[in-house]
Amino acid sequence: MPELTSMAALWGAVILSGLYHGINPGMGWPLAVSAALMEGKHKAMPKALAMLALGHFLAMIGILLPFSLMIFLVEWEVEIRIGAGLLVVAMGVYLLINRRHPRFLARVHPARLALWSFLAAMAHGAGLMLVPIYLGICAIGAEETGHLAAQALMANNIVTAFTVAVVHTFAMTLAGGVIAVIIYLWLGLRFLSKTWFNLDIVWALSLILVGGFGIYAASFGH
Amino acid sequence: MNLRPDPTFHASPKLAMQAPVENYAFTVMLSPDGSQSDGIAVVDVNPKSDTYGQIVHQVIVPNKGDEFHHFGWNACSSSLSPLTGHAFLERRYLIVPGIRSSRIYVIDVKEPLKAKIHKTIEPEELFAKTGYSRPHTIHCGPEGIYVSTLGGGGEDGTDGPPGIFIMDCETFEIIGQYEMDRGKQDKHYDFWWNLPQDYMVSSEWGLPPQFENGVVPEDLLSNKYGHSIHFWDLRARKNIQTMDFGENYQMALEIRPAHDPTKSYGFCGVVVDTTNLQGAIFTWWRDEDGVWQSKKTITIDPRPEKPENLPPLLQGFEAVPPLVTDIDLSLDDKYLYVACWGLGEMHQYDVSDPMNPVLTGKVELGGIARSTKHVNGKDFAYGPQMVEISRDGKRVYWTNSLYSTWDDQFYPDDEGGQMVMANNDENGFHLDPDFYIDFPKGLRSHQIRLEGGDCSTDSFCYPSV
Repeated sequence: MPELTSMAALWGAVILSGLYHGINPGMGWPLAVSAALMEGKHKAMPKALAMLALGHFLAMIGILLPFSLMIFLVEWEVEIRIGAGLLVVAMGVYLLINRRHPRFLARVHPARLALWSFLAAMAHGAGLMLVPIYLGICAIGAEETGHLAAQALMANNIVTAFTVAVVHTFAMTLAGGVIAVIIYLWLGLRFLSKTWFNLDIVWALSLILVGGFGIYAASFGH
Repeated sequence: MNLRPDPTFHASPKLAMQAPVENYAFTVMLSPDGSQSDGIAVVDVNPKSDTYGQIVHQVIVPNKGDEFHHFGWNACSSSLSPLTGHAFLERRYLIVPGIRSSRIYVIDVKEPLKAKIHKTIEPEELFAKTGYSRPHTIHCGPEGIYVSTLGGGGEDGTDGPPGIFIMDCETFEIIGQYEMDRGKQDKHYDFWWNLPQDYMVSSEWGLPPQFENGVVPEDLLSNKYGHSIHFWDLRARKNIQTMDFGENYQMALEIRPAHDPTKSYGFCGVVVDTTNLQGAIFTWWRDEDGVWQSKKTITIDPRPEKPENLPPLLQGFEAVPPLVTDIDLSLDDKYLYVACWGLGEMHQYDVSDPMNPVLTGKVELGGIARSTKHVNGKDFAYGPQMVEISRDGKRVYWTNSLYSTWDDQFYPDDEGGQMVMANNDENGFHLDPDFYIDFPKGLRSHQIRLEGGDCSTDSFCYPSV
């Protein structure tokens, strides 16, 4: 059952990428710690995490949906997947070369966490990282269900896009939330800077890797 | 760029207090008449070192007439906000503006004993990109490095209002004006903020013709210096409220917000109340309706003096005004230090209750018509001026010069630059007899910065818990 295996692998990648985004302080978990401490209430933390999750989810779905609408052009499937892979690689290369942080993020009001999370995910190509994985899932799905009408295929893909974004965002929130709770309840703020690693290069390389995988999978199988 | 946040970035004021203490201080050296080049003195403040209390390195700039005054770091604890996206900057460069020349030096102090000039920004570039002149206070914040200026455009800096401009925190390129809506603000001096609460407060000294050639007595007596502070929506870059202390409260200078970001109050020092020559500290705070309020919480009385003992400027008043010219708040928000440059006193107030400060200590040193000697028997020119507190709150450093032309008016017979230190320990607030630095001949001293940050540089994004 090679198809089932690769399907499981792809969903695994969705979850893994979520955990990966979640542990990156640049995606916002320190803001959840800050919110709880600033308000002096435990319940401020889940609220902040929810806002960060909402922004991240919107950024994911905002990137995935256009692709889900595109992929019903079945005869162009391979080209679309290769194009998407190239786009993701290009974003990674861009982030490798341009190591500057987008200054407009610093103008977002600190209480508007959902907006900040959305913009941060967009600026760092977090949604793009999911595209090759998502397209892989769609391609396998299309094969399994046989030749559906274009409309049914698109509906399937839209459902898949939402599922991918939800699963990914859930994994991200879980990872970031766990770190935030541990720092807030047990380790203390000293560990906030200790757990903070510069992931800029790793992040850019991840985009290139995922993009490259997308091109490979589209060209030679799934 | 580092792989980890700079170890001198601290999430909260409390963590900054617990961090290793400073080994070096960086102090401005200025030539009052522009006959020598200005520089930064690197001072050894490690008591275990053989060169403790000595200037161990000097960065002397190639130009003359810059008049160094205030300066600051390229990066501080504010970088630990993910909102900022600059967690991996290094606290490595001092941004040192010339208040008279409008030239800005970026000095690399990664190795304090080999500190050197990294970049120079010429005045023409500043004028062209911002329309401002006479750069002053430096703070690192969300959008990069923020610099307040005292002058607008034109030869005498009165063509348009002064304001704040932003510099890129990595390339040190000047980006442009900060303000999008400055409201009533038409003069400038200091500014600081609360990053999570997203407000900024700015203050007013006077326009360049009111200070460059000395204090203008007619302007002071007709209350033409600044007497308002301005509250800003920091990220929207908008003045949301201007608070006038009253026109007799001349020269509202240093802004010291509580370091703990959960608190919404701070202090502002006023040089002189022209109705009675008192010095004053206002506490400002945000009320339950979100409106900013203020109240005068400290007054310091002038000291009567015979006219023949006074400089010509003060003879008619027969008194020495306190001249509150700098204040600094310890990182635990407990002690406020108030420099009374005229009286020759450094006051320590317990401001645990910011509405009811209590005088807890006092050091007498220098002063108009008093010239109190240091406990080690040495002279101290002028009076206590720029004050900086160690992060742990145990050592308080200060220098003596206010501003070249003003020194000469208030202390016509004095000359020289000194830096001293007082301990704040179980014996209270008292001068350390072993720490006394006499600056090289012809140079005066002004602001001090401490290695790893101090009590007037770092802004914190997380509360002390």
